[in-house]
Amino acid sequence: MAELSNSGAEEADETATFRTNIENRVLRLIAAGNWSIVYLNKVDGELRGLSAKPGDAARAVIDLSAVSRFDTAAAAIISRTAAELEEQGLDVAYEGVSEAQHLLLDKVEACGKPEPVHLPPPLYLQIIGKIGETTRALAAEGYGMLDFIGSVIVIAVRTLMRPRRFRMIPFVHHMEKSGFDALPLVCLLTFLIGAVVAQQGAVQLKTFGAEVFTVNLIAIIFLREVGLLLTAIIVAGRSGSAFTAEIGSMKMREEIDAMRTLGLDPLEMLVLPRVAALTVTLPLLTFIADIMGLLGGGFVVFFMLDMSPGVYISRVQEAVGFWTFGVGLIKAPFMAAVIALVGCRAGLAVTGSAESVGAMTTSSVVRSIFLVIILDALFAMFFTAVDI
Amino acid sequence: MSMGKKGEPIIEVEGLDTRFGDNVVHENLDLTVKRGEVIGIVGGSGTGKSVLLHTILGLKRPNAGRVRVFGLDFSTLSEEERRLNEQRWGVLFQDGALFSALTVAENIQVPYREHLDLSPELMDELAAVKIAMVGLRATAASLYPSELSGGMRKRAGLARALALDPEILFLDEPTAGLDPIGAAAFDELINDLKETLGLTVFLVTHDLDTLHATCDRVAVLAEKRVILVGTMDDMLRSSHPWIHEYFHGPRARAALAGK
Ligand SMILES: Nc1ncnc2c1ncn2[C@@H]1O[C@H](COP(=O)(O)OP(=O)(O)OP(=O)(O)O)[C@@H](O)[C@H]1O
Ligand SMILES: [Mg+2]
Repeated sequence: MAELSNSGAEEADETATFRTNIENRVLRLIAAGNWSIVYLNKVDGELRGLSAKPGDAARAVIDLSAVSRFDTAAAAIISRTAAELEEQGLDVAYEGVSEAQHLLLDKVEACGKPEPVHLPPPLYLQIIGKIGETTRALAAEGYGMLDFIGSVIVIAVRTLMRPRRFRMIPFVHHMEKSGFDALPLVCLLTFLIGAVVAQQGAVQLKTFGAEVFTVNLIAIIFLREVGLLLTAIIVAGRSGSAFTAEIGSMKMREEIDAMRTLGLDPLEMLVLPRVAALTVTLPLLTFIADIMGLLGGGFVVFFMLDMSPGVYISRVQEAVGFWTFGVGLIKAPFMAAVIALVGCRAGLAVTGSAESVGAMTTSSVVRSIFLVIILDALFAMFFTAVDI
Repeated sequence: MSMGKKGEPIIEVEGLDTRFGDNVVHENLDLTVKRGEVIGIVGGSGTGKSVLLHTILGLKRPNAGRVRVFGLDFSTLSEEERRLNEQRWGVLFQDGALFSALTVAENIQVPYREHLDLSPELMDELAAVKIAMVGLRATAASLYPSELSGGMRKRAGLARALALDPEILFLDEPTAGLDPIGAAAFDELINDLKETLGLTVFLVTHDLDTLHATCDRVAVLAEKRVILVGTMDDMLRSSHPWIHEYFHGPRARAALAGK
């Protein structure tokens, strides 16, 4: 009869081997060598093919007497093979099985047949499913955000009525972290952008001989839009993400649940101080950003157009009215609230895993920057309508 | 991967000092674990049982003293030798320490993927066997750790520790958080594994039932060192006040009565 065997009998102890032969309608499977998981991949593949061709055998004998080491993986493979042979209608018996091997086989057999692994659905279904899921998630997210804003407003009103409940220390702490600590970055970036805008503007306007209007360009662009947008985006990246990560890891370690059971409201303890802190600091940061932008512009104008600081200041005064400046500052608290709310809500939406903290942090930054820009566009429409 | 003889030392700790800053956790601690035995480590909370385990595993550097596992000093091994020998032990941390981004089945398969070259079917089958062995339902295979209960996380962690059929199994409070039936099944599993695979088990536990059911020897950690190593009978006979209190307290009597 054909003999299915694998090579390497000479190095029997350092690898797992088996032979099969059929004699008198008895299929003999003789295993030998070190049947531990490290060496089993090859025999596993060969044994899988075995049950398909038992020939004319009516009985099967599995002989383990030459096996030196036998672990759970080996037991799993052997007992699977035995089960497959039985399915083919063979009587399966074991030979040369030690006490310990017997126990192990029993243990593994008691675990039952492993469930077949689920196959993923076809690609087109996955794509359609993904689109549907995203749409649903988007709607749920919009609804959830409204719900969250509502709850925070309720808490804010409640706190206003009983100001002693307001958490002063975290409020100041977050003002320092998201406001004061952001100063160097905000100052540097807005100064540079101010200088770049002035330089580019001056080069372009020179071709019309209108380079003096560079001052108007810088002043209006910075005070109305860029100062605020730049600051809001920096703060969203710095503080919005920090809010999500802080609250998210607290959520992950069940600290939020612990707070609830102690009768503390996470919205009041964690969210409100952060929203309040950012709402106060973003306008302040924006003011400083505006000044730094103008300084950057003035710096370039001084060197490129030889305009003295005194002249520069008076030209700025001519170019902008109060509302140019006011429009920028009015928008700031709204954007701050959006950034803080999105950040905190993403933190509270973290589920148990470390991965979800990362995912929520990313999405909080992306969302708050997106919303800041949308909000800016809405404000632009509004201010155009009311003519300022 | 040669199997040593039963009864020879497999873990040797000599003159171990560990400290965190000024907080001295161990001072001149000695402990020897023999191949094939289940040794229980007991001691009050904060006496440094987990720290001892971390030190043996090389996760914390000792401030003085020597730690040898399989007769090897891991801190002097090359990267490659270390990797090979680290496959010879399995660890269940106090809180499971499952990888949160992977499902239970994938967690179990991590050592297969990293260290071995197995076909996907075989990996799935083996993961299913391990999952059933530790008493989890088959449906748990595709769940993420955050979707499991505390006790289920323990079992999943144990399944991962058992993935490579290690020679030494380190367990940090494995039965804490298990229901009594689950804990009893766990004790039985430890005994079976010891019998069938010749497993050595380093078991940190507060569970007196587990101590009675599984341990060949018990080591008591107190006063920054191991003050007594011996069988359960030795423990019961000891006159040291803490040991006496531990093994003769009301809970201990209940556990003993249940035997
Ligand atoms: N990473 C660490 N940094 C500083 N000190 C630590 C650190 N880990 C543990 N310790 C200190 O080491 C000592 C022993 O801690 P360990 O976690 O080993 O206790 P334990 O015996 O396992 O207690 P339990 O039974 O509660 O788990 C404690 O005093 C603890 O404060
Ligand atoms: Mg501990």
